[in-house]
Amino acid sequence: MKRLIALIAFALAAPVFAQEEQSSAPYAYRQLDDAAQEARAQDLMETLRCLQCQGQSIADSDAPIAGSMRSLVRERIRAGETPEQIRGWLIERYGDYVSYKPQLTGLTWPLFAVPLAFVLIAFFLLRRRFTTKGNGQ
Amino acid sequence: MIAELGLAALWLAAALAGLQLVAGSLGLSTRGAVLGEAVRPVAVVQGGLALLAFACLIYVFAVTDLSVKLVALNSHSMKPLVFKIAGAWGNHEGSMLLWVTVMGLGGAFVALVEKRLPERTMLATLAGQAFVSLGFYAFLLVASNPFERLSPVPVEGNGLNPLLQDLGLAFHPPTLYLGYVGLSIAFSFAIGALVTREVGPAFAKAMRPWVLGAWIFLTMGITAGSYWAYYELGWGGWWFWDPVENASLMPWLAATALLHSCGVLAARNALRAWTIMLGVVAFSMSMIGTFLVRSGILTSVHAFAVDPQRGTFILALLAIYIGGALVLFGLRAATVTEGERFAFVSREGALVVNNVMLSAILGIVLFGTLYPLFAEAMGAKVSVGPPYFNPMSALFAVPMLVVLMVGPLLRWRRDKFARVGRSLVIPAMLVATAGIALLVAGGIALLPWLGLALSAGLGWASILPLKARNLRRTPLPIWGMVVAHFGIAVSLFGMSSESAFSIEKLVAVRAGEVTQVGPWGVKLDTVEPVAGPNWTAMEARLLVRYGVDRKVTRMLPQSRSFWAPPQQTSESALLTRWNGQLYAVLGGEAPKVAGEKQARWQLRLWWKPFAPLIWIGGLLIALGGLLALIGRVAADVRRIVAKDKIAYRREKQGR
Repeated sequence: MKRLIALIAFALAAPVFAQEEQSSAPYAYRQLDDAAQEARAQDLMETLRCLQCQGQSIADSDAPIAGSMRSLVRERIRAGETPEQIRGWLIERYGDYVSYKPQLTGLTWPLFAVPLAFVLIAFFLLRRRFTTKGNGQ
Repeated sequence: MIAELGLAALWLAAALAGLQLVAGSLGLSTRGAVLGEAVRPVAVVQGGLALLAFACLIYVFAVTDLSVKLVALNSHSMKPLVFKIAGAWGNHEGSMLLWVTVMGLGGAFVALVEKRLPERTMLATLAGQAFVSLGFYAFLLVASNPFERLSPVPVEGNGLNPLLQDLGLAFHPPTLYLGYVGLSIAFSFAIGALVTREVGPAFAKAMRPWVLGAWIFLTMGITAGSYWAYYELGWGGWWFWDPVENASLMPWLAATALLHSCGVLAARNALRAWTIMLGVVAFSMSMIGTFLVRSGILTSVHAFAVDPQRGTFILALLAIYIGGALVLFGLRAATVTEGERFAFVSREGALVVNNVMLSAILGIVLFGTLYPLFAEAMGAKVSVGPPYFNPMSALFAVPMLVVLMVGPLLRWRRDKFARVGRSLVIPAMLVATAGIALLVAGGIALLPWLGLALSAGLGWASILPLKARNLRRTPLPIWGMVVAHFGIAVSLFGMSSESAFSIEKLVAVRAGEVTQVGPWGVKLDTVEPVAGPNWTAMEARLLVRYGVDRKVTRMLPQSRSFWAPPQQTSESALLTRWNGQLYAVLGGEAPKVAGEKQARWQLRLWWKPFAPLIWIGGLLIALGGLLALIGRVAADVRRIVAKDKIAYRREKQGR
């Protein structure tokens, strides 16, 4: 069901991108004039996935759709949106797949639980290893 | 004809692997002892036959024999010879053949030179090696025959992906595979030792050079792959946490842990079960990596489901080998005790921290790489990328690096901080000074900040083990350790500096215009067409100047169009100074504004301070491994020669 929604969302949004591509995505290969804004846009772009390529962020891709998305990110940053707002907007349209930064949801919680578990395991492993020894001597 | 010869050699090699397995296993019993004699020669011939098969594949690629399906699919007659040859392993079947070849040669090499272990353990080891090889031979012969013929013969081949038409392809996969497969030897040693229950310092000393060798190749393979991606993809990125990269990083992490625990086992007869376990895990990671890359599961779980034969085959192999090894480990682990005990503040203690942290990083990389596959199987697509991997691995890498400053100074078994504390004052001050200075400068993210501060201290601390030593008498393995640890500091500094201080500039300029990128002035001089053997390109001539320095240097980035297969690539131009690298890429022609006469060209420019240190550090790490390897092997050879001499003298005196 979720996938269906994502699919429909993609179908609806695709023409938007297509139009932007035709109007040649002004900021695909152009930086924002404000250095601070550009830095924010760059950081965000590095964490967004190019939907057409395999395993590349939109900041690392020559694909047209990556160009459109770069332009979109820069325009929205220029309009004053925060990076997380833009990320949220993109996730809403394309699903979690578009963001390399997993959000904490019902689906992704193990991603955050596992490192925590590793920290605990590492701690107890080291502690047990070296305290039982102390007792043993 | 040559293709059939290759196929026949492959079948023969597979049959010999079967014989090696049977003879090796029977040789362990008293009744079959006579068969044991056959194992070593069989292993050598098996390696030779695999090499012959691989040579045949290279030949059909070199002459572009289009009647071979693999050549028709992946090669093209109009391609430079070096890429024709490298193309032999730039595809699924060829790379799997390279895998079994390296594995066969590895087994042959072990059979020829390894004389330090009891013969029973060696038989079990070579039988284990044959058992693993056999699965991969079956995979090649049944599911991915590289020598399959094609009828009718096509007029021309499909060509090789232009991104792969680079010298990087000639070196990166073979080095990485040497590393992957070298770990299979460690795996077989672990199996052999489990079967015969002989786990001890002698075993660790015999296994260590093989692990070191594999680790050196993995280090070089990863370093080369990272640099290749950096200059070839044309966007200045050097590590993407892409599953294919993770597939090479995971065996490296496991091998690094194994290397260190092997040291503990060799020197102190401790961490026995743990070392065996790591031997199993390290090669398992190699196989999982191969599975991820080769089964097509990465593109999508669904792509895997469409053509499941290969994926299922590798999955079955994984289950048999990893599962089998773990079962054997479970059965025998109780009889392999942990060995000697030691205090927390001791060399062993520091190495245990290293092992636990490396294993945790490995766990995170593994989990983060596989989780999107689970999620997709459950019906939702998620992406896990740098914003996840960077902080999560730093969580464990940072404590590990702190321990790395102290560990090499500690004594075995039991030590006190007070003894080494004084020599650590300078590194600690360096960390603090660098940290504060960077804070004052401001504008640096947390991770690069940590990396820069730690690398300053680590750089100093890593050479401390040489203090108070006679440098000429310092054993090579100590030099190796120092060089490798210093390499980590160098690489860490490069990575942090690259991500903290890089300057990016995207511009559309006319010929004659000058742009400023950090300290560089870049002038677009001309853009002209050039032609290569199988491509045409637009080549920009950039005249660049550093600061007020008058010297002008030329850079020639290209935007290439290949025609077989048709694809655009950007050939970046790199200019290296001692303090960084200027990275230039020529994009396309910018859309013309109404009324404009002169064309504008898109340029992508980066100034990356100290970026080359990333790979120089990687090479230093590998060099450290090489020094240690030479030191260990030389010591072993000396010992064997001395032993032979003593035996010879005794014999003479006896007469």
